Formats: sequence, structure tokens, C-alpha cells
Amino acid sequence: MSPPHAIPQGRPAIAVELSQAAVSFGAPGKSVAALQETSLRIAAGEFVALVGPSGCGKSTILRLTAGLLQPSRGAVLVGGREVAAKALRIGMAFQNPTMLPWLTIERNVMLPLKIVRPFRSDYRAKRKTEYRDRVHALLADVGLDKFAGHYPWQLSGGMLQRANLCRALIHEPSLLLLDEPFGALDQFTREELWGTMQSLWLKRKPTVLLITHDLKEAGFLASRVCVMSARPGRIIDDSAVDFPRPRTIQMTFDSEFVALNQRLRDLIIDARTDTAIRGA
Amino acid sequence: MSYELRRRLWAGILILGFFATWEILCLALQVSDLVLPRPSQVFATLFDRLGILWPHVLQTLWTTMIGFVLGVTVGVVIGAAIGVSRTAYDTVYPLLIGFSSIPKVAVVPIFVLWFGSGATPAILTALAMCFFPIVVNIATGLATTEPELEDVLKSLGASKLDILWNVGLPRTMPFFFASLKIAVTFAFVGSVLSETVASNKGIGNVMMTASSNFDVPLVFAGLFLLAGLGILLYVAFSLVEARVTGWATRRQGFASA
Repeated sequence: MSPPHAIPQGRPAIAVELSQAAVSFGAPGKSVAALQETSLRIAAGEFVALVGPSGCGKSTILRLTAGLLQPSRGAVLVGGREVAAKALRIGMAFQNPTMLPWLTIERNVMLPLKIVRPFRSDYRAKRKTEYRDRVHALLADVGLDKFAGHYPWQLSGGMLQRANLCRALIHEPSLLLLDEPFGALDQFTREELWGTMQSLWLKRKPTVLLITHDLKEAGFLASRVCVMSARPGRIIDDSAVDFPRPRTIQMTFDSEFVALNQRLRDLIIDARTDTAIRGA
Repeated sequence: MSYELRRRLWAGILILGFFATWEILCLALQVSDLVLPRPSQVFATLFDRLGILWPHVLQTLWTTMIGFVLGVTVGVVIGAAIGVSRTAYDTVYPLLIGFSSIPKVAVVPIFVLWFGSGATPAILTALAMCFFPIVVNIATGLATTEPELEDVLKSLGASKLDILWNVGLPRTMPFFFASLKIAVTFAFVGSVLSETVASNKGIGNVMMTASSNFDVPLVFAGLFLLAGLGILLYVAFSLVEARVTGWATRRQGFASA
């Protein structure tokens, strides 16, 4: 069923490993801790959602994993190596779709192929043939095939976010990092995109680390949900989510799903009030 | 009559009206052409002496254009360096602000001292006048790249050069062309400035000679020529701008379509 590229050979069983990684900013002595010593292992092909109160260091973990930030203490291994971008192919998407306004959607989605090895060496030769077909196939998966030639400002927020997901996936990353990609969308568009995201994941099975504020989103998409405490954050709960796939929106009203949601919610509220008391 | 046509017609009438008012006021108040010649006199002088003026026009035009091209090159390089590197920003920017605050008239004698009179100081003054707005605009354009997009690209393993080439520079294009239009008029000011001080050719020189001969209509003919050339180049760059950076303004066109 799955395309041959879904299981690259020699892929390590552990895609991401944070061991006692901590981050603090500022000069020594006066530094502010952003992340307490945190350990987290993500197996290849897992879909992990990271939830927690705002400012707790979720994005810090994501940036550590992407190799955009070095831990102050501890280690971060991605694909068994310290430099993330050289170990694994990484795709990223943020809440802000950041499409380049001077390029069509097709060219925007194609951008990683212009940069990532080994695609970049063939970019000139293949951009109008093979790469073009690839972009169109992926756009068709998210229902945007008719908009390949449009410019970003001609698309709605939900469509732009679909294109953003495509851009994060076009180079077939084995690790996908998502920082609240659906945060700015209305409820219905968001639920629609959960479905899109799920089918993209089921088709390609990359390892995913999703940061979100939306507990329903975490439960719907993830195979594992980690809850973080308030700043400086650490992981206080780690639970598997075993609902069968493909999951449906209808399923989010089942009692089991609601119970999970409720439990996560209580954990976060506890984490928040803890700091509120400590801060007082 | 369409709105567009009516707008243009009005603009044309008002511009003509400006010159007509000037003409009428001069006649009514009996202003001597030694003080302020009438537009009709200026245009008459312009046509009468176009044969003599023409080589000077070409001289000013080519020194300006070379100075402008060099200025753009220097401006883009410095602007890109400032936009990309923190160190360059901290060191070069203060120096540049200092340099741009110096009145360029004060620099011309130094250029003359170094290179003698003639075309070289004119080119250099044009360069010195016009590169600063380009530096500022390129640097600003680069600084406004979204941090999220930079993160996406860095996680793909993009080098600084990749980011500059694919995102930074295209993003600065609207800023760049906006600054080109300003820079080209500045370049004119620079080369004419230098010609008035140290040259025996060029419109600036013609105007200096004419004013010492009290040939005021000829001085004004020079001014009109400069203004005309400035407008011409401004329009030329506007047309290029519309072609290259249409994406930045297309939003408006789309809304009204």
C-alpha cells in the first residue's frame, strides 16, 4: 500500500532523543530557564503531540529537535546524530504559512527541492517535469490541485495552511515538526485539516512532533500525547493514544475520547495553578 | 469619459496651469528675464540652443548613469552585508550615517584633488549621492524576512546564501525599486553639483557659465533639461518596477478587477 519511499533503509528505530536537555537564555548567573532537564524519546513513525500551558517551552523542544537551538545542558540526538539537518530530512510548518508572495503555490511548495540535497542538484533539469508532477500529486492529496498556478494572496487561510503542509512534506522528510499549524484557523477548517493531516501521515508515515494548544487536536491526531508543566517546562505526563485509525470527528464525542481530553485538561490546569501559587 | 482618463486630463490641465500662471504673473508684474524668465522664453532658448546644449546633456547623462550604476552596485553589496551580518550592521551603519550627513558639495573638491576635474569627480559624486537610499532599503527588506520562514529553511539545511538568494533578495525587490527611483534623481544632483564646481562640460557647467554671463534664460533652460531628464529616468524605472515587482502591488489590482 505505502509507497516505497516511506521506509528508507537504515532508518534508526529512535528518531528523536532528548536526554536531560535543558535550555536557559541570558548570561551565566542571571540566566532564565526556558526548559528544565527534559528527556523524551520518539520512535520512528510515531506521531507525538506536545501540549501544555503557553510559554512552557514546547516551541523550545521543537527548535532543539530542528537543530535551530543548542541545549545549554544535556544532549539532543536526531537520527542518532547531533546536527539534525544532516542526520534526517526535516520538514517544518508553523502557524504562519509564510508562503513567498512572488511565487505561485506550485513554486512555493517546490522550494525545499531547490534547497535539500540530493534534490537540489537536479532542480534546474527536473523542475518542469518530475518535480512539477510531484508537487501536483501532493497538492491533489490535499485538494489544492486546481490552485497550483495561483498566488498565495488568492487563497484562503485554510488553503494556505494546506499548501504549507505540502511544502513541509514535498521533500519526503522522515521527521515532521509542526508548531500549531492549525492554530489560526476557524473550528470547521481546523477539523477538516486534521483529516487531511491524518491521511497525509497514514500515507507517508513520517515521525511527527506536533505542538498544539488544542487537546482535541492532540487526541485526534497523535499516537502519543506528552503534557508539559508551566515554564520552565518539563514533561509531566506521557500517554499513548490507541484509538483506531482513521479517526473521525464523530469519534471525538465518544466517552473514551472525552475522558482523555478531560484528563489532559486537568493536568494542564494543575500545572498552571502550581505556578500561579508559586508566583504569588 | 472614464475615471482614469478624467484623472489624467485633470493632471495635465493643472500642470499646464502651473506654467500658465507663471507666465501670466511674470507678464503682469513685469518681472525682468534677468530675475525670472517666463516659461515661454525658457522653452524658446531650449529649442534655439539645443545644438549647443546637446553634447552637455549627453555628458551629464552618461556620468550620471555610470555613477548611478556604480552606486547601485555598492549600495546593494553594502545593504546585503548589513542586512545579513550583525557585525556589519554594528560597524558599517554608523559610518554610513556619518558619511551621508556630509553635504556632498564639501566632498567634490577632494575628488577633484584626487582625480582632477572632469568626468571622474562627477561620476564619484553621483555615486556618493545615490548609494545611501539603496543601502537602507536593501537592509530593511532583508531585515523583514519572517523568522518562521528562516527556521523552515535552516531546518532544511539551507546556507545563508541560499536564504539570501531565494528569500531575502526577492523580498527586497519592491524596496529596491522604490529606492532606485529616488537614487537616480540623487545621482543627477550629484553629477551636476560636481560639474558646476569642476568641469568644462555638462549641464552644470553650462548653467554656471550662463549665470556668470547673466544669461538667465539659459540657466533656466538647463534647469528644465535636468528636470526633464529626471522625470524621464524616474518613469523608466517605474516601468521596470511594475514588471519586476508586480507581485507586491497585484493585490490592489486584484481587488479592483
